[in-house]
Amino acid sequence: MNTTLDSRLAFWLLGLCALGVYMFQFAPIVVVMLLSFNSSRSGAFPMEGLSLQWYHKLFANDSILEAFQTSVILAFGSSLIATVLGVMAAIALVRYSFKGKNAISTLISLPLLVPEVVLGVALLIFLKYMGIYRSFGMLMLGHTVLALPFVVLVVQARLVGLRQNFEEAALSLGANRLQTFREVTLPLISPAILGGFLFAVAISFDNITATLFWKKPGIETVPSKIFAMLRTSVSPEINALGTVMIVLTILLPLIGGYAVRRLSRGR
Amino acid sequence: MVLLSPAMVSLALFLVAPIVFIAIYSFWLRVAEGTDVPAFQFGNWIAVLQDRYYWMGLSSTFKTSLITTAVCALIGYPTAYFLARIRFGNKALLLFLLFLPFWISYIIRTMAWISVLGKTGAVNTALIWLGIIDEPLKMLYNDFSVVMGLVYFLVPYMIINIYVSLDGIDRNLEASARTLGCSGWQAFREVTLPLSLPGLGAGCMLCFVLAAGSYVTPKLLGGPDTLFFPDLIYEAIISQLDWPTGAVLSVILLIALGLLVAVYNRFMSLSDIYKSFAR
Repeated sequence: MNTTLDSRLAFWLLGLCALGVYMFQFAPIVVVMLLSFNSSRSGAFPMEGLSLQWYHKLFANDSILEAFQTSVILAFGSSLIATVLGVMAAIALVRYSFKGKNAISTLISLPLLVPEVVLGVALLIFLKYMGIYRSFGMLMLGHTVLALPFVVLVVQARLVGLRQNFEEAALSLGANRLQTFREVTLPLISPAILGGFLFAVAISFDNITATLFWKKPGIETVPSKIFAMLRTSVSPEINALGTVMIVLTILLPLIGGYAVRRLSRGR
Repeated sequence: MVLLSPAMVSLALFLVAPIVFIAIYSFWLRVAEGTDVPAFQFGNWIAVLQDRYYWMGLSSTFKTSLITTAVCALIGYPTAYFLARIRFGNKALLLFLLFLPFWISYIIRTMAWISVLGKTGAVNTALIWLGIIDEPLKMLYNDFSVVMGLVYFLVPYMIINIYVSLDGIDRNLEASARTLGCSGWQAFREVTLPLSLPGLGAGCMLCFVLAAGSYVTPKLLGGPDTLFFPDLIYEAIISQLDWPTGAVLSVILLIALGLLVAVYNRFMSLSDIYKSFAR
């Protein structure tokens, strides 16, 4: 009797700790959103009144809109390349057996383990030596490398769970390899491809550390722009920008998840 | 392999080759600002290794990362245990909520701590309003706020690793231990905890490596005396244009963290033996 009481108490304590961690994770985000509506100029507490003026200012700020445009082009461009390369690599890794497969898997997950600063320095110095300077192109290449492992992991997971029967059936019914891929494999893994792509977009859009090494002075992505603005102080405008980003980045996975579910239910 | 080669070529060209190249570059000679000539000399290495400043940077980075990892483990384990054991509520939703902040911009989440811990931040404003303190506490721009920021973005990695290994443990094992006379605490200590060590180990390694490699969090939340190794690399490369020194520092960080991963691998294989023994 006593032990059940003890373990129930222990369980409540665990729950309390979990609640604390969840509050810890969400409170700062709520603070940013709250402060973005503060009419005070300081961008800090106390709240003096509600106002939307920082959002008006934000949408009139050309340099931020420009950074947003750069980030979007960069994210979609690099994710597109990473997705094409990643899907091909994932198919090869799951559907074919060959020598050195483990070594290749390790190589693909390498960008996850090497500190971003080191990646940033390495690519910068290497490409400079090859005659390519800090530029948008370097950012595009670098973001592709950073996002590649995520695409491979997501697509690989889906392919492993997919039985080969469908593909074998198509092959035995006379389809060639390309037809089989286009008509059978591709539709079946399309939710994972979309998932991997969105993952890559998020990785690129969010990247800051390596970006600081690769970007040409003058080109700003949204995170690097925020980083530069923070050098002076937290202005209410950044809080407004943060709130927009929070809403966008929460919507993106939700829409992605919904799309994946719709797509996979469609068949 | 036609399918694999584009990915392999791009990784080899833009990942492996650059890392090998900075190792070579660390021996090059710097003749003038921004001008380095190919050479094989140990001047850069000797200069860095003899400089106490860089050693202090490395040790303070490792110290902060160690504290961060310990805090993540201490608050992450109970949370993961709770998530693995609850039978009520929507577990998938709770896990989803845990990873929601993951999608939110890292720099915004880091910046948020300035508004939380600052002089006129949420915590100080609340404490003064409640009458607990008269003067705002100095919580921002020191090692405390750096650890806070690091723990904040790393704790989900810790929780998910522990959760996965806890979730994979056969619950009958703990129940059997209880039937055989263990108290709840004993059953946890003797059965569940050892079986979840691989997850805890993986979480700790991930947290440590990511903490020690972070640049933005210490830069934004640290104070003037905060010394963080990635920042030293940034200063050498971007501010001073001293690329050979930057290359040396990058290789040092890579080796230090690589050694750690190697040690962890060794430790993991040991615990795997233990795991199979326990099964």
